[in-house]
Amino acid sequence: MACATAYNLAKRGMKDIIVLEKKEIGNGGSNRNAGGVRQSARDVRELPLAMYAVSRIWPHLGEELETDVEYVQRGNLRLGKTEAHKKILEAHTAKSTKVGLDVRMIDGEEAREICPYMSEEVTSASWCPTDGHANPLKTTLGYYRMALRLGVTFITGVTVTGIRKAHGKARIVQTDDGDYEGEKILLCAGWESRKIADTAGIELPIIPERNEVLVTEMEPEMFPVMLGTADSDFYGHQSKHGSFVMGGNSGIQQYYSMPDGAHHPTGPLTAPKISRGIISYFPVLKNAKIVRSWAGYYDVCADKVPVIDQIPEVPGLYIAAGFSGHGFGISPAVALAMSELILDGSSHTIDISPLTYDRFRAKG
Amino acid sequence: MSKIIRTAAKEPFKPEPDDDLIICRCEEVTKGEIRRAVHGGFRTTNEVKRWLRCGMGLCQGQTCQRNFQNIIAKEAGISVKDLGMISGRSPARPVMIDVFANEVIDAEKDPEGK
Repeated sequence: MACATAYNLAKRGMKDIIVLEKKEIGNGGSNRNAGGVRQSARDVRELPLAMYAVSRIWPHLGEELETDVEYVQRGNLRLGKTEAHKKILEAHTAKSTKVGLDVRMIDGEEAREICPYMSEEVTSASWCPTDGHANPLKTTLGYYRMALRLGVTFITGVTVTGIRKAHGKARIVQTDDGDYEGEKILLCAGWESRKIADTAGIELPIIPERNEVLVTEMEPEMFPVMLGTADSDFYGHQSKHGSFVMGGNSGIQQYYSMPDGAHHPTGPLTAPKISRGIISYFPVLKNAKIVRSWAGYYDVCADKVPVIDQIPEVPGLYIAAGFSGHGFGISPAVALAMSELILDGSSHTIDISPLTYDRFRAKG
Repeated sequence: MSKIIRTAAKEPFKPEPDDDLIICRCEEVTKGEIRRAVHGGFRTTNEVKRWLRCGMGLCQGQTCQRNFQNIIAKEAGISVKDLGMISGRSPARPVMIDVFANEVIDAEKDPEGK
Protein backbone atom coordinates (compact mmCIF):
# COMPACT_ATOMS: atom_id res chain seq x y z
CA MET A 1 0.00 0.00 0.00
CA ALA A 2 2.79 2.40 0.92
CA CYS A 3 4.83 1.73 -2.23
CA ALA A 4 1.77 2.01 -4.49
CA THR A 5 0.40 5.16 -2.83
CA ALA A 6 3.82 6.84 -2.84
CA TYR A 7 4.08 6.01 -6.54
CA ASN A 8 0.63 7.49 -7.29
CA LEU A 9 1.39 10.65 -5.32
CA ALA A 10 4.79 11.12 -6.97
CA LYS A 11 3.26 10.54 -10.41
CA ARG A 12 0.93 13.47 -9.74
CA GLY A 13 3.92 15.64 -8.89
CA MET A 14 3.90 15.60 -5.09
CA LYS A 15 7.33 16.34 -3.64
CA ASP A 16 9.06 15.41 -0.39
CA ILE A 17 7.45 12.03 0.10
CA ILE A 18 9.09 9.81 2.71
CA VAL A 19 8.09 6.17 3.32
CA LEU A 20 9.08 4.74 6.72
CA GLU A 21 9.38 0.97 6.98
CA LYS A 22 10.35 -1.13 9.97
CA LYS A 23 12.28 -3.90 8.25
CA GLU A 24 12.73 -4.00 4.51
CA ILE A 25 10.72 -3.36 1.37
CA GLY A 26 8.05 -5.97 0.77
CA ASN A 27 7.83 -7.43 4.25
CA GLY A 28 4.07 -7.05 4.69
CA GLY A 29 0.94 -8.74 3.47
CA SER A 30 1.14 -7.29 -0.06
CA ASN A 31 4.20 -9.49 -0.58
CA ARG A 32 3.25 -12.51 1.46
CA ASN A 33 -0.09 -13.40 -0.15
CA ALA A 34 -0.85 -15.94 -2.91
CA GLY A 35 -1.48 -13.35 -5.63
CA GLY A 36 -5.25 -13.27 -6.09
CA VAL A 37 -6.70 -10.46 -8.20
CA ARG A 38 -10.30 -11.26 -7.54
CA GLN A 39 -13.69 -9.53 -7.58
CA SER A 40 -15.99 -12.51 -7.08
CA ALA A 41 -17.06 -13.33 -3.51
CA ARG A 42 -15.85 -9.93 -2.32
CA ASP A 43 -17.92 -7.68 -0.10
CA VAL A 44 -19.99 -5.26 -2.20
CA ARG A 45 -18.52 -2.33 -0.25
CA GLU A 46 -15.08 -2.99 -1.69
CA LEU A 47 -16.21 -4.21 -5.11
CA PRO A 48 -15.88 -0.75 -6.72
CA LEU A 49 -12.16 -0.87 -5.83
CA ALA A 50 -11.77 -4.44 -7.08
CA MET A 51 -13.67 -3.81 -10.33
CA TYR A 52 -11.83 -0.57 -11.07
CA ALA A 53 -8.47 -2.22 -10.44
CA VAL A 54 -9.30 -5.13 -12.74
CA SER A 55 -10.82 -3.10 -15.57
CA ARG A 56 -8.63 -0.01 -15.49
CA ILE A 57 -5.29 -0.63 -13.78
CA TRP A 58 -4.13 -4.26 -13.76
CA PRO A 59 -4.18 -4.70 -17.57
CA HIS A 60 -1.47 -2.06 -18.07
CA LEU A 61 0.22 -2.08 -14.66
CA GLY A 62 3.23 -4.08 -15.84
CA GLU A 63 3.86 -1.59 -18.63
CA GLU A 64 3.44 1.36 -16.29
CA LEU A 65 5.87 -0.05 -13.72
CA GLU A 66 8.25 -1.41 -16.39
CA THR A 67 8.02 -4.70 -14.51
CA ASP A 68 6.56 -8.04 -15.50
CA VAL A 69 3.96 -8.28 -12.72
CA GLU A 70 2.81 -11.63 -14.21
CA TYR A 71 -0.81 -10.53 -14.38
CA VAL A 72 -2.97 -13.31 -15.83
CA GLN A 73 -6.67 -12.61 -16.35
CA ARG A 74 -8.08 -16.07 -16.99
CA GLY A 75 -10.84 -16.24 -14.41
CA ASN A 76 -11.51 -17.48 -10.91
CA LEU A 77 -13.19 -20.74 -9.97
CA ARG A 78 -14.57 -21.04 -6.47
CA LEU A 79 -15.30 -24.69 -5.94
CA GLY A 80 -17.85 -26.67 -3.99
CA LYS A 81 -18.55 -30.34 -3.35
CA THR A 82 -21.73 -30.36 -1.29
CA GLU A 83 -25.16 -28.73 -1.23
CA ALA A 84 -24.00 -26.51 1.65
CA HIS A 85 -21.02 -25.34 -0.44
CA LYS A 86 -23.35 -24.60 -3.34
CA LYS A 87 -25.53 -22.43 -1.11
CA ILE A 88 -22.48 -20.42 0.02
CA LEU A 89 -21.38 -19.91 -3.60
CA GLU A 90 -24.91 -18.97 -4.72
CA ALA A 91 -25.19 -16.36 -1.99
CA HIS A 92 -21.87 -14.75 -3.01
CA THR A 93 -22.85 -14.86 -6.67
CA ALA A 94 -26.25 -13.26 -6.09
CA LYS A 95 -24.70 -10.35 -4.18
CA SER A 96 -22.01 -9.75 -6.79
CA THR A 97 -24.29 -9.89 -9.84
CA LYS A 98 -26.60 -7.36 -8.22
CA VAL A 99 -23.83 -4.76 -8.42
CA GLY A 100 -22.95 -5.66 -12.00
CA LEU A 101 -20.14 -8.19 -11.73
CA ASP A 102 -19.99 -10.89 -14.42
CA VAL A 103 -20.02 -13.98 -12.22
CA ARG A 104 -22.24 -17.06 -12.52
CA MET A 105 -22.86 -20.49 -11.05
CA ILE A 106 -21.72 -23.48 -13.07
CA ASP A 107 -21.86 -27.23 -12.44
CA GLY A 108 -18.99 -29.66 -11.91
CA GLU A 109 -18.83 -30.64 -15.59
CA GLU A 110 -18.47 -27.08 -16.81
CA ALA A 111 -15.89 -26.38 -14.09
CA ARG A 112 -13.87 -29.38 -15.29
CA GLU A 113 -14.06 -28.07 -18.86
CA ILE A 114 -12.42 -24.85 -17.64
CA CYS A 115 -9.91 -26.71 -15.47
CA PRO A 116 -9.71 -30.40 -16.43
CA TYR A 117 -7.48 -31.45 -13.57
CA MET A 118 -9.90 -31.22 -10.69
CA SER A 119 -11.57 -34.01 -8.73
CA GLU A 120 -14.84 -35.61 -9.88
CA GLU A 121 -16.19 -34.69 -6.45
CA VAL A 122 -16.54 -31.06 -7.46
CA THR A 123 -20.24 -30.52 -8.14
CA SER A 124 -20.60 -26.75 -8.30
CA ALA A 125 -18.54 -23.60 -8.73
CA SER A 126 -18.83 -19.90 -9.14
CA TRP A 127 -17.07 -18.66 -12.26
CA CYS A 128 -15.85 -15.11 -12.75
CA PRO A 129 -14.01 -14.88 -16.09
CA THR A 130 -12.49 -11.44 -15.42
CA ASP A 131 -10.72 -12.47 -12.20
CA GLY A 132 -7.08 -13.51 -12.21
CA HIS A 133 -3.77 -13.46 -10.42
CA ALA A 134 -0.43 -11.66 -10.39
CA ASN A 135 2.97 -11.89 -8.72
CA PRO A 136 2.85 -10.06 -5.36
CA LEU A 137 6.63 -9.75 -5.10
CA LYS A 138 7.11 -8.21 -8.53
CA THR A 139 4.10 -5.92 -8.13
CA THR A 140 5.00 -4.49 -4.73
CA LEU A 141 8.70 -4.18 -5.50
CA GLY A 142 7.87 -2.80 -8.95
CA TYR A 143 5.86 -0.01 -7.32
CA TYR A 144 8.79 0.63 -4.96
CA ARG A 145 11.35 0.84 -7.75
CA MET A 146 9.18 3.23 -9.77
CA ALA A 147 8.36 5.42 -6.74
CA LEU A 148 12.09 5.66 -6.02
CA ARG A 149 12.72 6.69 -9.61
CA LEU A 150 10.06 9.43 -9.29
CA GLY A 151 11.87 10.95 -6.32
CA VAL A 152 10.33 9.25 -3.29
CA THR A 153 12.69 8.62 -0.35
CA PHE A 154 12.34 5.30 1.48
CA ILE A 155 13.84 4.84 4.93
CA THR A 156 13.96 1.26 6.15
CA GLY A 157 15.03 -0.15 9.49
CA VAL A 158 13.06 2.50 11.38
CA THR A 159 10.17 1.53 13.68
CA VAL A 160 7.25 3.93 13.95
CA THR A 161 5.99 4.18 17.51
CA GLY A 162 3.38 6.90 17.36
CA ILE A 163 1.82 9.95 15.75
CA ARG A 164 1.70 13.29 17.55
CA LYS A 165 -0.30 16.39 16.84
CA ALA A 166 1.01 19.95 16.69
CA HIS A 167 -1.44 22.86 16.68
CA GLY A 168 -4.35 20.45 16.35
CA LYS A 169 -3.01 18.68 13.27
CA ALA A 170 -1.15 15.41 12.70
CA ARG A 171 2.43 16.52 12.29
CA ILE A 172 5.03 14.29 13.91
CA VAL A 173 5.76 10.63 13.31
CA GLN A 174 7.67 9.30 16.31
CA THR A 175 10.15 6.50 15.67
CA ASP A 176 13.06 4.74 17.33
CA ASP A 177 15.19 6.95 15.07
CA GLY A 178 13.72 10.22 16.36
CA ASP A 179 10.86 12.34 15.00
CA TYR A 180 9.91 12.77 11.37
CA GLU A 181 7.66 15.69 10.46
CA GLY A 182 5.11 15.92 7.68
CA GLU A 183 2.02 17.87 6.71
CA LYS A 184 0.13 14.77 5.68
CA ILE A 185 0.63 11.38 7.23
CA LEU A 186 -0.67 8.12 5.78
CA LEU A 187 -0.80 5.18 8.16
CA CYS A 188 -0.76 1.84 6.32
CA ALA A 189 1.10 -0.58 8.59
CA GLY A 190 -1.13 -3.65 8.30
CA TRP A 191 -2.40 -5.02 11.61
CA GLU A 192 0.16 -2.93 13.45
CA SER A 193 -1.67 0.21 12.28
CA ARG A 194 -3.94 -0.25 15.26
CA LYS A 195 -1.38 0.52 17.94
CA ILE A 196 0.00 3.45 15.96
CA ALA A 197 -3.50 4.91 15.37
CA ASP A 198 -4.12 4.49 19.07
CA THR A 199 -1.39 7.05 19.86
CA ALA A 200 -3.40 9.62 17.90
CA GLY A 201 -6.58 8.70 19.77
CA ILE A 202 -8.11 6.73 16.90
CA GLU A 203 -9.31 3.19 17.53
CA LEU A 204 -9.19 0.75 14.64
CA PRO A 205 -10.97 -2.57 15.20
CA ILE A 206 -8.26 -4.68 13.56
CA ILE A 207 -6.72 -7.96 14.72
CA PRO A 208 -3.92 -10.04 13.18
CA GLU A 209 -4.71 -13.42 11.66
CA ARG A 210 -1.91 -15.66 10.54
CA ASN A 211 -2.12 -17.27 7.11
CA GLU A 212 0.48 -19.37 5.37
CA VAL A 213 1.45 -19.99 1.78
CA LEU A 214 3.28 -22.94 0.29
CA VAL A 215 5.08 -23.25 -3.00
CA THR A 216 5.81 -26.35 -5.06
CA GLU A 217 8.60 -27.18 -7.45
CA MET A 218 8.21 -26.07 -11.03
CA GLU A 219 5.50 -28.15 -12.72
CA PRO A 220 4.44 -28.31 -16.38
CA GLU A 221 1.88 -25.62 -17.27
CA MET A 222 -1.49 -27.00 -16.14
CA PHE A 223 -4.03 -24.23 -15.58
CA PRO A 224 -4.13 -20.46 -15.70
CA VAL A 225 -7.19 -19.90 -13.47
CA MET A 226 -7.19 -18.60 -9.92
CA LEU A 227 -8.70 -21.10 -7.51
CA GLY A 228 -10.57 -21.03 -4.26
CA THR A 229 -13.18 -23.12 -2.48
CA ALA A 230 -16.52 -22.45 -0.79
CA ASP A 231 -15.04 -23.50 2.55
CA SER A 232 -11.75 -21.65 1.92
CA ASP A 233 -9.73 -24.89 2.28
CA PHE A 234 -7.03 -23.26 0.18
CA TYR A 235 -6.61 -20.67 -2.55
CA GLY A 236 -3.94 -20.11 -5.13
CA HIS A 237 -2.70 -20.53 -8.67
CA GLN A 238 0.11 -21.81 -10.83
CA SER A 239 2.68 -19.06 -11.30
CA LYS A 240 4.41 -18.08 -14.51
CA HIS A 241 7.51 -19.79 -13.11
CA GLY A 242 5.57 -23.09 -13.01
CA SER A 243 5.34 -23.51 -9.26
CA PHE A 244 1.98 -23.72 -7.55
CA VAL A 245 1.46 -20.98 -4.97
CA MET A 246 -1.26 -21.99 -2.52
CA GLY A 247 -2.36 -20.31 0.68
CA GLY A 248 -4.69 -20.97 3.57
CA ASN A 249 -5.37 -20.88 7.26
CA SER A 250 -5.72 -23.74 9.74
CA GLY A 251 -8.07 -21.73 11.96
CA ILE A 252 -6.07 -22.68 15.05
CA GLN A 253 -2.35 -22.08 14.45
CA GLN A 254 -2.56 -18.35 15.04
CA TYR A 255 -3.65 -18.89 18.65
CA TYR A 256 -0.39 -20.62 19.54
CA SER A 257 2.05 -17.75 19.16
CA MET A 258 1.48 -14.02 19.50
CA PRO A 259 2.73 -12.00 16.55
CA ASP A 260 5.53 -9.63 17.52
CA GLY A 261 5.59 -7.69 14.26
CA ALA A 262 9.18 -8.69 13.56
CA HIS A 263 8.88 -12.39 12.79
CA HIS A 264 6.55 -14.41 10.64
CA PRO A 265 6.90 -17.98 11.90
CA THR A 266 5.17 -20.87 10.16
CA GLY A 267 3.58 -23.52 12.35
CA PRO A 268 3.15 -27.28 12.07
CA LEU A 269 -0.61 -27.28 11.41
CA THR A 270 -1.28 -24.89 8.54
CA ALA A 271 0.75 -26.19 5.60
CA PRO A 272 -0.54 -29.76 6.19
CA LYS A 273 -4.10 -28.42 6.25
CA ILE A 274 -3.54 -26.52 2.98
CA SER A 275 -2.01 -29.69 1.53
CA ARG A 276 -5.09 -31.74 2.44
CA GLY A 277 -7.28 -29.07 0.82
CA ILE A 278 -5.26 -29.18 -2.38
CA ILE A 279 -5.33 -32.98 -2.61
CA SER A 280 -9.05 -33.18 -1.97
CA TYR A 281 -9.77 -30.91 -4.95
CA PHE A 282 -6.72 -31.73 -7.09
CA PRO A 283 -5.59 -35.32 -6.41
CA VAL A 284 -3.32 -34.99 -9.45
CA LEU A 285 -1.04 -32.68 -7.42
CA LYS A 286 -0.38 -35.12 -4.59
CA ASN A 287 3.14 -35.93 -5.76
CA ALA A 288 4.13 -32.32 -6.39
CA LYS A 289 6.92 -31.37 -4.02
CA ILE A 290 6.69 -28.42 -1.66
CA VAL A 291 9.95 -26.47 -1.66
CA ARG A 292 9.08 -23.79 0.86
CA SER A 293 6.34 -22.21 2.93
CA TRP A 294 5.98 -18.91 4.71
CA ALA A 295 3.55 -16.99 6.88
CA GLY A 296 1.99 -13.55 6.85
CA TYR A 297 -0.62 -11.69 8.80
CA TYR A 298 -4.02 -10.57 7.58
CA ASP A 299 -5.06 -7.28 9.16
CA VAL A 300 -8.60 -8.42 9.85
CA CYS A 301 -11.11 -5.64 10.36
CA ALA A 302 -14.23 -6.15 12.49
CA ASP A 303 -16.46 -6.24 9.37
CA LYS A 304 -13.86 -7.75 7.00
CA VAL A 305 -13.43 -4.70 4.75
CA PRO A 306 -10.75 -2.04 5.09
CA VAL A 307 -10.70 1.45 6.51
CA ILE A 308 -9.67 3.86 3.72
CA ASP A 309 -10.31 7.34 5.00
CA GLN A 310 -9.08 10.69 6.23
CA ILE A 311 -9.60 11.40 9.90
CA PRO A 312 -11.42 14.69 10.64
CA GLU A 313 -10.49 14.66 14.37
CA VAL A 314 -6.83 14.47 13.43
CA PRO A 315 -6.51 16.66 10.33
CA GLY A 316 -3.65 15.50 8.13
CA LEU A 317 -3.97 11.85 9.18
CA TYR A 318 -5.01 9.28 6.58
CA ILE A 319 -5.51 5.57 7.16
CA ALA A 320 -5.51 2.56 4.82
CA ALA A 321 -5.62 -0.60 6.93
CA GLY A 322 -7.74 -3.61 7.83
CA PHE A 323 -7.65 -5.23 4.40
CA SER A 324 -8.67 -8.59 5.89
CA GLY A 325 -6.80 -10.60 3.27
CA HIS A 326 -8.18 -8.71 0.26
CA GLY A 327 -5.52 -6.04 -0.05
CA PHE A 328 -3.21 -7.19 -2.81
CA GLY A 329 -5.73 -7.39 -5.66
CA ILE A 330 -7.27 -4.01 -4.88
CA SER A 331 -4.04 -2.24 -3.93
CA PRO A 332 -3.59 -0.38 -7.25
CA ALA A 333 -7.10 1.06 -6.86
CA VAL A 334 -6.64 1.81 -3.14
CA ALA A 335 -3.45 3.70 -3.96
CA LEU A 336 -5.32 5.78 -6.55
CA ALA A 337 -8.19 6.50 -4.14
CA MET A 338 -5.77 7.38 -1.34
CA SER A 339 -3.71 9.67 -3.57
CA GLU A 340 -6.90 11.55 -4.49
CA LEU A 341 -7.93 11.78 -0.84
CA ILE A 342 -4.54 13.26 0.01
CA LEU A 343 -4.19 15.61 -2.97
CA ASP A 344 -7.80 16.52 -3.81
CA GLY A 345 -9.59 16.01 -0.49
CA SER A 346 -11.86 13.24 -1.80
CA SER A 347 -11.72 10.01 -3.78
CA HIS A 348 -13.55 11.17 -6.92
CA THR A 349 -12.75 8.28 -9.26
CA ILE A 350 -13.73 5.32 -7.07
CA ASP A 351 -16.50 5.22 -4.47
CA ILE A 352 -14.95 4.41 -1.08
CA SER A 353 -17.75 5.99 0.97
CA PRO A 354 -18.64 2.76 2.83
CA LEU A 355 -15.05 2.36 4.07
CA THR A 356 -14.99 5.12 6.68
CA TYR A 357 -13.09 4.80 9.95
CA ASP A 358 -16.17 5.63 12.09
CA ARG A 359 -18.66 3.12 10.64
CA PHE A 360 -18.40 0.56 13.47
CA ARG A 361 -21.37 0.07 15.80
CA ALA A 362 -22.20 -2.35 18.59
CA LYS A 363 -24.38 -5.29 17.61
CA GLY A 364 -27.98 -4.84 18.74
CA MET B 1 18.24 -4.56 10.25
CA SER B 2 20.04 -1.25 10.37
CA LYS B 3 18.65 1.98 9.00
CA ILE B 4 18.99 2.55 5.24
CA ILE B 5 18.02 5.74 3.43
CA ARG B 6 17.07 4.96 -0.16
CA THR B 7 16.87 7.41 -3.04
CA ALA B 8 17.12 6.91 -6.80
CA ALA B 9 20.58 6.20 -8.21
CA LYS B 10 22.28 9.36 -9.46
CA GLU B 11 24.48 7.68 -12.05
CA PRO B 12 23.24 5.46 -14.89
CA PHE B 13 23.90 1.71 -14.64
CA LYS B 14 27.41 0.72 -15.76
CA PRO B 15 27.61 -2.71 -17.42
CA GLU B 16 30.65 -4.90 -16.66
CA PRO B 17 32.24 -7.53 -18.94
CA ASP B 18 31.27 -10.50 -16.74
CA ASP B 19 27.65 -9.44 -16.19
CA ASP B 20 26.38 -12.59 -17.93
CA LEU B 21 27.98 -14.87 -15.31
CA ILE B 22 25.35 -17.13 -13.75
CA ILE B 23 25.31 -16.75 -9.96
CA CYS B 24 22.10 -18.58 -8.96
CA ARG B 25 22.18 -21.84 -10.88
CA CYS B 26 18.70 -23.09 -9.93
CA GLU B 27 16.95 -19.97 -11.20
CA GLU B 28 19.62 -18.86 -13.68
CA VAL B 29 20.15 -15.38 -12.32
CA THR B 30 23.21 -13.51 -13.60
CA LYS B 31 25.64 -11.15 -11.94
CA GLY B 32 24.41 -8.34 -14.18
CA GLU B 33 20.80 -8.85 -13.10
CA ILE B 34 21.84 -8.67 -9.44
CA ARG B 35 23.93 -5.54 -10.04
CA ARG B 36 21.04 -3.96 -11.92
CA ALA B 37 18.65 -4.81 -9.06
CA VAL B 38 20.91 -3.01 -6.58
CA HIS B 39 21.11 -0.07 -8.95
CA GLY B 40 17.29 -0.08 -9.11
CA GLY B 41 17.05 0.27 -5.31
CA PHE B 42 17.08 -3.24 -3.82
CA ARG B 43 19.43 -3.34 -0.86
CA THR B 44 18.89 -6.46 1.25
CA THR B 45 19.35 -10.17 0.55
CA ASN B 46 15.60 -10.81 0.77
CA GLU B 47 14.69 -7.89 -1.48
CA VAL B 48 17.02 -9.06 -4.24
CA LYS B 49 15.71 -12.60 -3.79
CA ARG B 50 12.08 -11.47 -4.06
CA TRP B 51 12.84 -9.38 -7.14
CA LEU B 52 14.98 -11.86 -9.10
CA ARG B 53 14.22 -15.29 -7.57
CA CYS B 54 17.88 -16.00 -6.79
CA GLY B 55 17.82 -18.34 -3.79
CA MET B 56 14.23 -19.45 -4.47
CA GLY B 57 15.06 -22.57 -6.45
CA LEU B 58 15.67 -26.15 -5.40
CA CYS B 59 18.74 -25.40 -3.28
CA GLN B 60 16.93 -22.50 -1.54
CA GLY B 61 20.06 -20.38 -1.66
CA GLN B 62 22.36 -22.90 -0.02
CA THR B 63 24.71 -22.69 -3.00
CA CYS B 64 24.41 -19.10 -4.16
CA GLN B 65 23.48 -16.97 -1.16
CA ARG B 66 27.05 -16.01 -0.18
CA ASN B 67 27.95 -15.26 -3.78
CA PHE B 68 25.05 -12.97 -4.47
CA GLN B 69 25.38 -11.29 -1.10
CA ASN B 70 28.97 -10.40 -1.97
CA ILE B 71 27.80 -8.85 -5.24
CA ILE B 72 25.07 -6.81 -3.49
CA ALA B 73 27.49 -5.63 -0.80
CA LYS B 74 30.12 -4.56 -3.32
CA GLU B 75 27.59 -2.84 -5.56
CA ALA B 76 25.86 -1.01 -2.68
CA GLY B 77 29.12 -0.24 -0.89
CA ILE B 78 27.99 -1.82 2.37
CA SER B 79 29.04 -4.75 4.53
CA VAL B 80 27.59 -8.24 3.95
CA LYS B 81 26.52 -8.36 7.60
CA ASP B 82 24.13 -5.45 6.97
CA LEU B 83 22.24 -7.32 4.23
CA GLY B 84 20.42 -9.86 6.38
CA MET B 85 20.07 -13.51 5.38
CA ILE B 86 17.52 -15.30 3.23
CA SER B 87 14.67 -16.26 5.58
CA GLY B 88 14.91 -19.93 6.50
CA ARG B 89 11.87 -21.78 5.22
CA SER B 90 10.19 -25.06 5.99
CA PRO B 91 10.55 -27.76 4.66
CA ALA B 92 14.34 -28.17 4.76
CA ARG B 93 14.21 -30.25 1.60
CA PRO B 94 11.40 -30.77 -0.95
CA VAL B 95 8.51 -32.84 0.43
CA MET B 96 5.52 -34.22 -1.51
CA ILE B 97 2.14 -32.58 -0.84
CA ASP B 98 0.81 -36.04 -0.04
CA VAL B 99 3.39 -36.47 2.74
CA PHE B 100 2.97 -32.95 4.07
CA ALA B 101 -0.80 -33.46 4.25
CA ASN B 102 -0.34 -36.31 6.68
CA GLU B 103 1.30 -34.69 9.68
CA VAL B 104 -0.50 -36.83 12.25
CA ILE B 105 0.21 -40.54 12.17
CA ASP B 106 -2.96 -42.42 12.92
CA ALA B 107 -1.87 -45.03 15.48
CA GLU B 108 -4.89 -47.29 14.95
CA LYS B 109 -4.67 -47.45 11.19
CA ASP B 110 -0.90 -47.46 11.11
CA PRO B 111 0.58 -48.82 14.35
CA GLU B 112 4.14 -48.83 13.10
CA GLY B 113 3.96 -45.23 11.90
CA LYS B 114 4.87 -45.99 8.29
